[in-house]
Amino acid sequence: MRAVTEKPRRSQAQAWHLRSLKHELIGLAGVVERNVYLTRRYIYWDLAFFVWTVANTLTIVFIAKGIEAGGGQIDVDRATTTLLIGAVVWAYLGIIFEFLTETVAWERWEGTIEYTFMAPLSRAMHLGGSGVFAVLYGLVRAILLFVVVALFFGLAFDDANFAAALVILVVASVSFFGIGMMTAVLPLISPEKGAQLGFVAQGMLLVVSGVYYPVDVLPDWMQWLSKISPATYALDGIRAAILDGAPLTSLWHDIWPLLVIGVACIPLGLGIFHRGEVYAKRHGKLKRSG
Amino acid sequence: MNQLSPVPPDALAIEARALRKEFVRKDRRQGRRRVAALADVSLEVARGECVAILGQNGSGKSTVVRLLSTLLLPDGGEARVFGYDVVRRDKDVRRLVNRVSVEASFFKKMSPSENLHYAARFYGMTPSETGVRIPEILERVGFPPDRRGEPMENLSRGMQQKVALARALLTSPVLLLLDEPTTGLDPRSKLEVQDFVREMRVVHDSTILLCTHDLGEAESLAERVGILDRGELLALEPAADLKARYGAETLEEAFFAATGRGFEDEHDELDAEERKALA
Repeated sequence: MRAVTEKPRRSQAQAWHLRSLKHELIGLAGVVERNVYLTRRYIYWDLAFFVWTVANTLTIVFIAKGIEAGGGQIDVDRATTTLLIGAVVWAYLGIIFEFLTETVAWERWEGTIEYTFMAPLSRAMHLGGSGVFAVLYGLVRAILLFVVVALFFGLAFDDANFAAALVILVVASVSFFGIGMMTAVLPLISPEKGAQLGFVAQGMLLVVSGVYYPVDVLPDWMQWLSKISPATYALDGIRAAILDGAPLTSLWHDIWPLLVIGVACIPLGLGIFHRGEVYAKRHGKLKRSG
Repeated sequence: MNQLSPVPPDALAIEARALRKEFVRKDRRQGRRRVAALADVSLEVARGECVAILGQNGSGKSTVVRLLSTLLLPDGGEARVFGYDVVRRDKDVRRLVNRVSVEASFFKKMSPSENLHYAARFYGMTPSETGVRIPEILERVGFPPDRRGEPMENLSRGMQQKVALARALLTSPVLLLLDEPTTGLDPRSKLEVQDFVREMRVVHDSTILLCTHDLGEAESLAERVGILDRGELLALEPAADLKARYGAETLEEAFFAATGRGFEDEHDELDAEERKALA
């Protein structure tokens, strides 16, 4: 058999790599474009889901007023904002996870998965496109949710440093994206149970990250887990920025762990997804079902 | 695409040697067992050729297509597409191949135009390129202009298959894998698809591997016809030679003589679940 084994000659390599990179970036934009089309088509689902998220967040945030009404001595506005930040960050994290996990599950449901996996697009760009859209979409939803609930409770944020909070959220998104890639592989290797296992992973993060309570109240072993959860640092930093107006420079103790976890999670997520893809191709799991 | 993965002028379009694929199946009676989907299949297809593979449900036709389109990894043997190994150089293979299958497979809420735009991005096409080419291609496959913005779920099966053909044409594949592309279509749509296949060869110099149930379609489109039975390629030669070899007057008789069964019979030894899994 005559095989093509050589890559292009060195003199052509640079042009080849540039062209290849351009194709990859166009492919990444294609995933974003597709998700824009789908969001437009399912806009009423999105609106309904947003109303549900607002209602859910109100339910959580009212707990602060409930404690005061029950005789508890707390700073209600501060507790309300603390819970609101937890609920908003949690909703944001949920969107990132949902989009990445459903990158595979959704395509399997629509029956397009084989066409996507036989396209000449690297998996990093394929998942990256889902991640970029999820971050943009998630930011819009998170900001809207925050504004709506804050207006409902008449919260004032005179000292808040929203720019620092936004930076923390964006930096944390890198880690969330990496973990999302790890969970995205689940529907690939287990078409029937994969998406549900993704929710399990998401739930574990919810418990250990101090979304609605300080991590100090957790048992020791769970506190150890909270140290490797990026959501812990994201929540800590965002709360400091919004509640106390902390400048970015004073939030370095939250930023560097997020950077370290992010740098570790992206290649780890890609590696895990690659192994899952090989497994799926070995065992014929890519085939459409449903 | 070909600028990134050039096609060597003397390379065969498809070279498969002793290609083997098995799947693990769970059965209440027999527990876990390995079922052979392909057993040492070897074939060569020259550039520009159209080859049809005939076989019953579960014979391994779609497994061949999936292996060549890098959606499955072989358990043994090797396969190359224009000289690129389907396992080690899978991305090069993907740049050269496209596929039309029995299921149109689109995002159902998105319109034909939207589905084509995003699919073309995966092949490096910019919005300015697709803005011009997509309307042209949809017109070429006879898709009505006033329905280009409708959700795919509102379209008939024939219409959806036209969009699938447009998607394949859009990426200018050098090798086109057709997996029962006319199954379930009305006679007129079937003829339109067959005309499109001829045009792909003449105008775009595409090589075609056609897996089909339709004996007439195989005979009219392909230079050579293969018979795949229970994962084994029993023959691959021009339809006339195939008929002569088995002393048959029709391709159906030749198929019967080669396999020992009628074309419409299903595998007796495979249950429905296995046939579905191997299809």
